[in-house]
Amino acid sequence: MPTKDEKDTFAAENTTGHEWDGIAEFNNPLPRWWLWIFYATIVWSVGYWVVYPSWPLVQSYLPGVLGQSDRADLATTIAEAKQRQGTYLAKIEASDVSEIVADKELFDFASAGGRSAFGLHCSQCHGSGAAGFVGYPNLADDDWLWGGTLADIQHTIQYGIRSDHDETRSNDMPAFLTDETLDKEQINDVAEYVLALSNSGSDAEAAKRGEPLYAENCASCHGDDGKGLREMGGPRLTDAIWLYGGDKASVVKTISFSRKGVMPAWEDKLDPVTIKQLAVYVHSLGGGE
Amino acid sequence: MSFQKTMEKNSILLTIVTLIVVSIGGIVEIAPLFYLESTIEKVKGMRPYSPLELAGRNIYIREGCYTCHSQMIRPFRDEAERYGHYSLAAESMYDHPFQWGSKRTGPDLARVGGRYSDEWHVAHMKEPQSVVPESVMPPYAFLASKPLAMDDAAAHLKALRITGVPYTDEMIANAQADLTVQAEADGDYDDLLARYPKAQTRDFDGNPNMLSEMDALIAYLQMLGTLVDFADYDPTADYR
Repeated sequence: MPTKDEKDTFAAENTTGHEWDGIAEFNNPLPRWWLWIFYATIVWSVGYWVVYPSWPLVQSYLPGVLGQSDRADLATTIAEAKQRQGTYLAKIEASDVSEIVADKELFDFASAGGRSAFGLHCSQCHGSGAAGFVGYPNLADDDWLWGGTLADIQHTIQYGIRSDHDETRSNDMPAFLTDETLDKEQINDVAEYVLALSNSGSDAEAAKRGEPLYAENCASCHGDDGKGLREMGGPRLTDAIWLYGGDKASVVKTISFSRKGVMPAWEDKLDPVTIKQLAVYVHSLGGGE
Repeated sequence: MSFQKTMEKNSILLTIVTLIVVSIGGIVEIAPLFYLESTIEKVKGMRPYSPLELAGRNIYIREGCYTCHSQMIRPFRDEAERYGHYSLAAESMYDHPFQWGSKRTGPDLARVGGRYSDEWHVAHMKEPQSVVPESVMPPYAFLASKPLAMDDAAAHLKALRITGVPYTDEMIANAQADLTVQAEADGDYDDLLARYPKAQTRDFDGNPNMLSEMDALIAYLQMLGTLVDFADYDPTADYR
């Protein structure tokens, strides 16, 4: 331990020479290694000015000898990636969806591309496994509202359902209670009849009363036998697949207030090649016709 | 007396000189952005937010959406292929404050407009896991039952005008009417559309009887990134 006197001696020899009211300032220089790294970074920055975009000038900025540009770099990376995929993409562009499926190699490429695009654009509504949610159709089964051929699927993706595109698939189920076409009791009867079509009804009596009401109000879109009419987009009612729920309360709600799911038209957002790849992928999920 | 000693002993002088030194840094970094042609991008289609979109934006900020969602697509291939065209500075020119964000727990929302249906947004806000099972987003179901409280729409527009957003007197005078008409199921939208081109008009939340906070938020989300027309945007002119 240095004594107090020793400390004072040390202090007196190591001050900056500044002194205020008898209080002197210690001279504690920065560590050498730190200082030299600091100087080195200054020198390095000069190199940066020369090579990369840096100082603002009067008319423009100093562009740097490399002419570096993030945006140009991006365009290059995307172009390179497209070039690697080029032969396939060109083939897809030139082919019909059915021709893509016929060519094994092209099909593999298209369904892989479709899968990635599906994860990006479709899975939010249809689920990452395409099994759908309430209100969003399952794409992996063989029940199709608007048709399950390659061309049908392509059309649906391209123009959407009840979208704002002129070519959109669209229908308009009436809201029977809101429009006062049917009263609550009649809706109950129709619901029982509809449930009876898939053998899930519980009130045969009501179903019988509902039959003529069905024929009058529903058959034009859902078919006389309830098997659905694709040209109208009228869902099949005889199976156990329900977009908005197959319990009685859901069916009553559907008849009373109607349902109008919307799928956007992807034509403006995706290029035709991606849409074709998506159609191929969705078609291959299990239910393609 | 040396310069150092003078400065050390005169606090006012020290403040003035410090200010000068700091300003030089500021001027070199900030001032060129105002006059250099190459830093100012020319894009077509940008317009101030309509009152309803602005209300939605305020809810977006109030609920802290920016803590998990960015609104800034960077110029990288993975981002451009996932989210769309990289964001342009001009696209946030009327944002006060901008919502670029720095954290992506959820996806980037800079171009979420038109990507999903209104029904999807409602279901997703009420219970995110009902449509995205792996999502960690908390539910915001209360937005649908909470009436939009914004009876001072004109004041919001006026305040933004002070910061440089070009709201006209006409826009301010009609702010309250524009706010409600945009979310009406079957309203007379002509005036609104004349003032705010490309504004989307409909009942957004599926409940035409009430103008809810959900209406406003969805109106905002559905217009994000949709204003600039990239058909006549030349990226090579703005390489940097």
